[in-house]
Amino acid sequence: MNSATWYGLVGAALAGIGLYGLIVHPHALRKILSFNLLGAGVFLIAGVVARRGAAAGLPGDPVLQGLVITGIIVAFAATALAVALLLRLAETAHTASLAEAALDRQREPVAGSDPAGGRTGSTG
Amino acid sequence: MNIVAIGLALDLAFGLLALAVAVFALRARTTYAAVVGFVSFGVLLALVWFRLGAPDVALTEAAIGGGLTGLLMLNASAVLRATEAAAAAEPRRPGVRLVALLAAATVAGGLAAAVLALPSPAPTLAPLAVAGAPATGLGNPVAATLMAFRATDTLLEMVVLVLALVGVWSLTRDDLWGGRPGRRHQADSKGVLVFFARLLLPVGVVFAVFLLFVGADQPGGAFQGGTVLAALWLLAIMARLADTPAIDQRWLRFWLIAGPAVFVAVGLAGLAFGVGFLGYPEPWAKPIILAVEIVKIVSVGVTLALLVAGPPMRPRGDDR
Amino acid sequence: MTPLQILSAVLIGAGVFFFVAGTVGLLRFPDTLTRLHALTKADNLGIGLIVLGLLPFAANALVALKLILIWILVLLASSTVSQLAGFAARREGRQR
Repeated sequence: MNSATWYGLVGAALAGIGLYGLIVHPHALRKILSFNLLGAGVFLIAGVVARRGAAAGLPGDPVLQGLVITGIIVAFAATALAVALLLRLAETAHTASLAEAALDRQREPVAGSDPAGGRTGSTG
Repeated sequence: MNIVAIGLALDLAFGLLALAVAVFALRARTTYAAVVGFVSFGVLLALVWFRLGAPDVALTEAAIGGGLTGLLMLNASAVLRATEAAAAAEPRRPGVRLVALLAAATVAGGLAAAVLALPSPAPTLAPLAVAGAPATGLGNPVAATLMAFRATDTLLEMVVLVLALVGVWSLTRDDLWGGRPGRRHQADSKGVLVFFARLLLPVGVVFAVFLLFVGADQPGGAFQGGTVLAALWLLAIMARLADTPAIDQRWLRFWLIAGPAVFVAVGLAGLAFGVGFLGYPEPWAKPIILAVEIVKIVSVGVTLALLVAGPPMRPRGDDR
Repeated sequence: MTPLQILSAVLIGAGVFFFVAGTVGLLRFPDTLTRLHALTKADNLGIGLIVLGLLPFAANALVALKLILIWILVLLASSTVSQLAGFAARREGRQR
């Protein structure tokens, strides 16, 4: 086994860890964090493929490295949007858990918020 | 001991450490501890990227993946502290845990099998990139990839950043539209943070510009420089040397779209000059790319800082 | 091994020793303030020694200056962060 293959296995393990955390944690911010771990694992595997593509005097395949850079930035944009959504959810529903029961229990109109909020139609 | 064995031992250590920190971030009792673990993980991952021969990716991971994402989640965990108890009190469902474990094991196993089955000799685009780079005038093949070979990807990525910001802003309360993001910060004007910010800001700006210009031939680039600028602005806001801008200001909106707009304009000009969308006529390639990157670094810095700052939470007139 | 390499190895080894000492302090000291003390002092000294050990092998004077700049920036950042963390720890009254 060489370094690149080892890091590929690390990336696979990270993806598994991230997926487990994404499903199991009730608190949505920890889900977002686990999602980022999952992403890091996937990017690591892409980086391993890039490393194995070392040729022509370069230590890695630059096209794939450029794609990974793009991926990291887009993942950050998605995380920022997800966190903003979560903060708004916490502000209106007073909960950070996505569990249906928590939402139904907490759904009450908050003064000053959008008048259409809190009545988005229960999914029951 | 030969250098390859030492390198492999180092890689084993880095990989195991990264996995350990990731497991800690997964299982930490409080969200704050988990986020701190995540930031440490990001920095370790940057080291791993260096070991994989990808210094540009290492810079991006340390700055955006670890730094800005960590800052974002740290702010959120502070705001969400009141919801922690309720989330922790939720009943644990062993059925869900088992399914999650199976799913995680399947995915991890499948990816590991794929990694072990990668073809050898590995297919690569490196020779093509090296052959095409001199035409762009850039010595860093990753920069040539981002700005020339896969320029459409970069353009779309900048547009995605602006779209994400529009999404974040759309969460504003109706009566606060046009206001300032984030709460007002408390900072002692004679304190340590202000001293640090005052010292670091000029150094940091020079460093960001350095990253931009050195990125043409060595690891660096406009995204990394833009991240440094965003971090500096956020530091100034935290130290109360500046305040978050009201989001309806023209100069702000100008700089948000200036980067993608200039990039699109250059692309269309390429069509007009017969070199294709986002093509560059050869003797003009490097000056054009540099001009686009100069606008891009400011645009990216502003967008990233505003993404971290969040939707407006104070009315426009609420300045210190 | 030339004398310069030996000197470099000794300096870097000493730097690593200080980092390990700081980490041991982090794990073994009883509360936040003492841990911050251990971390900051040991890590600043550790990185200073490592930078000194790398200076003889810098490709040119500019690279050497950049290494020293890294050291100064780390000093600045870690001192600031330890002060802020100390204030926060005192304010929260928690001695973990």
